[in-house]
Amino acid sequence: MGRKLDPTKKEKRGPGRKARKQKGAETELVKFLPAGGDENFKRLSSRARKRAAKRRLGSAEAPEMSKSTGAKPLLGKVTKGAVQTPSKKGIPSLLNTARGKKRPAPTHSSEEEEEEEDSEGDGVVNQGDLWGSEDSDADMIDDYGAASNSEDGDEDDGEELLPIERAARKQKAQEAVAGGQWSEEETDEEEEEEKVSPESGPKEDDEMEGGLQINVDEEEPFVLPPTGEMEQDAQVPDLQRVHKRIQDIVGVLRDFGTQREEGRSRSEYLQRLRKDLATYYSYGDFLLGKLMDLFPLSELVEFLEANEVPRPITLRTNTLKTRRRDLAQALINRGVNLDPLGKWSKTGLVVYDSSVPIGATPEYLAGHYMLQGASSMLPVMALAPQEHERILDMCCAPGGKTSYIAQLMKNTGVIIANDANAERLRSVVGNLHRLGVTNTVISHYDGRQFPKVVGGFDRVLLDAPCSGTGIISKDPAVKTNKDEKDILRCAHLQKELLLSAIDSVSATSKTGGYLVYCTCSIMVEENEWVVDYALKKRNVRLVPTGLDFGQEGFTRFRERRFHPTLRSTRRFYPHTHNMDGFFIAKFKKFSNSIPQSQTGNSVTSTPTNLDLPSLKGQVTPQPESGSQPAKQAGVAGQAKQWLQQRQHPKKASVRKQNGISKGTDSELSTVSSVTKAQASSKLQDSSQPAEKAAVIREPKVAGKLKQQSRKLQSFKKVAFRKQRAPPKGTDRETSAALTVSKTQAALKPEDRNQPLGNTTGAEKVKRQVPEQPFQKAAFQKQNGTPKGPKTATTSRRSSSRPPPAKRRKSQSRGSSQPVLSSMDD
Amino acid sequence: MRPLTEEETRVMFEKIAKYIGENLQLLVDRPDGTYCFRLHNDRVYYVSEKILKLAANISGDKLVSLGTCFGKFTKTHKFRLHITALDYLAPYAKYKVWIKPGAEQSFLYGNHVLKSGLGRITENTSQYQGVVVYSMADIPLCHSSTQRAPSNNVRAKGKKLLNPTVWFGGRPQLATTRSSGDQVLAFSW
Repeated sequence: MGRKLDPTKKEKRGPGRKARKQKGAETELVKFLPAGGDENFKRLSSRARKRAAKRRLGSAEAPEMSKSTGAKPLLGKVTKGAVQTPSKKGIPSLLNTARGKKRPAPTHSSEEEEEEEDSEGDGVVNQGDLWGSEDSDADMIDDYGAASNSEDGDEDDGEELLPIERAARKQKAQEAVAGGQWSEEETDEEEEEEKVSPESGPKEDDEMEGGLQINVDEEEPFVLPPTGEMEQDAQVPDLQRVHKRIQDIVGVLRDFGTQREEGRSRSEYLQRLRKDLATYYSYGDFLLGKLMDLFPLSELVEFLEANEVPRPITLRTNTLKTRRRDLAQALINRGVNLDPLGKWSKTGLVVYDSSVPIGATPEYLAGHYMLQGASSMLPVMALAPQEHERILDMCCAPGGKTSYIAQLMKNTGVIIANDANAERLRSVVGNLHRLGVTNTVISHYDGRQFPKVVGGFDRVLLDAPCSGTGIISKDPAVKTNKDEKDILRCAHLQKELLLSAIDSVSATSKTGGYLVYCTCSIMVEENEWVVDYALKKRNVRLVPTGLDFGQEGFTRFRERRFHPTLRSTRRFYPHTHNMDGFFIAKFKKFSNSIPQSQTGNSVTSTPTNLDLPSLKGQVTPQPESGSQPAKQAGVAGQAKQWLQQRQHPKKASVRKQNGISKGTDSELSTVSSVTKAQASSKLQDSSQPAEKAAVIREPKVAGKLKQQSRKLQSFKKVAFRKQRAPPKGTDRETSAALTVSKTQAALKPEDRNQPLGNTTGAEKVKRQVPEQPFQKAAFQKQNGTPKGPKTATTSRRSSSRPPPAKRRKSQSRGSSQPVLSSMDD
Repeated sequence: MRPLTEEETRVMFEKIAKYIGENLQLLVDRPDGTYCFRLHNDRVYYVSEKILKLAANISGDKLVSLGTCFGKFTKTHKFRLHITALDYLAPYAKYKVWIKPGAEQSFLYGNHVLKSGLGRITENTSQYQGVVVYSMADIPLCHSSTQRAPSNNVRAKGKKLLNPTVWFGGRPQLATTRSSGDQVLAFSW
């Protein structure tokens, strides 16, 4: 005896009862059939369901079709459901749950339309959570009723649909077009959230705006708080509010045209954003401004967020002592959770977590690995040191890069590891000894001294001291204590170091000639600007770093324009590459000479050693004008002397000369100072300050010289001759003098006319041109005079040693120097 | 930087010979080039000649280190061998001691090793013999010396199991203050 099946009797439903009953084959089947992933299909009538099931089973395409079509209307629905969750994450997640697995190839639009119309009922029901929860109870009851009223047919469809759904149908029709586009965009690959979100985001925004307003109102458009309120916030920053406001402003600025508030300018929004970011992330105003220039807004927030979180710990296997495989095994045995670092590194490991302190394992003490940031491995990879090379690491502390270089060279060749900071050098010593590096010499110089100490390296690595804006996650103090001045100071130091480093590389090296410049900073002033400066100042060019990932460096930034090859440099960011901010540039030196700029005061820090080769070519033209001012000055006095004392004995002439010269000292006081300066500067190779002083004084003297020279017009023809000694000292003077003096004659390369160890000699020479007959005689007389008194007088006069290479008349050039020097005593 | 004097060389070689005996010759005459010892600021460095030539360009007060530091001469001209020489001692060591994992940590922190902590030991190790201490994984830990000969019988009385102990002669970097700032960590194992 079973229960009587009485169709007229309807079972009561309610809480506490076994309310759920088997709903019928159609509903059950739907679960198993590959439907459009819909759980909430309750709105369908049984006929509709059967039809849908038939369709699915009917053709091979059908299941996929229905999936895709089901997805599209679903999308339409989901977008509305997604209105409630404005964040992008909501959208892709909903979509993903709604979607099945693989999306099919692009379908025909006609079929879609067809399917859409038919399965609309399907799609209609596929709501987000919003609908399902509300309708579940009703569904149950209705389903049962619907099942019993299956004969009614299609009319039920119309009855069941809420008015909102009817309206939605219309929209779906519109979306069919959009949906067609959508499916075409889909590829055959596994769907990924990243694909979904960028595609869906903008589309759904559009849909949101153009679509129906449903249950949930859209949020109030963001209103920028009035200025008064802005100030108020400064006192009591409510971080939640600030964070929300940041997000809102970023959202507004992204679509400024439509979402802006009337009467508020973009700069107001930006200003507000700036203040909020500074408050929320505790940045100083200067640095935040710089960051806003560097990054677009969306990236900016990501960057700031990334700086709050530390980068993962990475370590580098020391291949001199072990292999990565063995090390990984040993560490795992100790309880460290690690993974290989990536395809680009053969020795790196990233540590996720560890039960033992990673810096204190016996493997660490035995020197099997080194704790090193991932970005710090990159410059050494770019440098690519070869075995048996000579390498300089200019700023090596704490020694991670140096040891990596040594391990790549397999302890052959020589490395000079240098650092300016004595305390940090101790860590270099410790690390290098621990890691078993034997081919290194550790020194404590200022990097700028480098080519002088030792040069001619095959490769140089310069990890310049910087402002540290790329490693904010390691050192949050950088957020506030960096200023305009700090950045510029760093940049200046970096430029000097880079020039020294370039000079230390030997361009003629067989295997090398490369320099890698890197900083852990993201500021353009410290990176691209410095590199561009070096390109202008030295014979180097940029070459590809060999790193295939990373962002290219800028070739232009705001008002600055850089050389186009800067695209071969690389930038790394914490938020895109998950390593510390870094910048790497690789140079190749193609010539050892230093390009001299020909401007008047080009007294930049050019190492004097290397000045010599390049200067040789310039010796000839320069010295002529070098001693002009002095010569001119001397001309004045000498001319007088000559006129007065033609025939007197040599010594007397000399003395008189000297006397006169002394007498005229007052006139020529300034000149003598110049000559002193010149002489002294001629003596000293690197007395640049003196030269500078001479340069400075010359223009002042020039006026006087001119005046004096005008007095003695007849003697004015100035013949200039080559002087060997002054070249170095007078380079700059000559250039200045060139501009200054107007009475310059051509070179007179006559040995006879070589001046004695003083400008007086030169003066005589000059005067020979117009008045050769008597002058020659006098000159010879003068020249015949013992060099001793002359030099003595000259030395007295100038109170400094005469320039060594001043030649004597009628003597070979070579002998002049030793003679002079002996005389000078 | 200067070469060692006769006296200094003698003292140093004596010390090193304690651990590696006549293999000392191998340190000097190496197949891959000539290596030599140089003295700089009382420390002895072991460098190859190529590096030496380049290091000669660096002025004395700016030179910090070259090659490998073997040890230093104390004020009274005794030679103290440093742990940085371990890489060169370990392959040539005549007497080796392996310690068990349990005793390894204790040793690294500066304690002596009891006989119970020894895993293996070379035969015929006498008393006061210079040895190189290894972990069971064959990682050289330190150079050291024995206090008692292992051949002595163990006295079976409770706590008197002191034979042999291995003096904590060298200083592995855990306990030393000389190591780099990064390495000296206060931690619990």
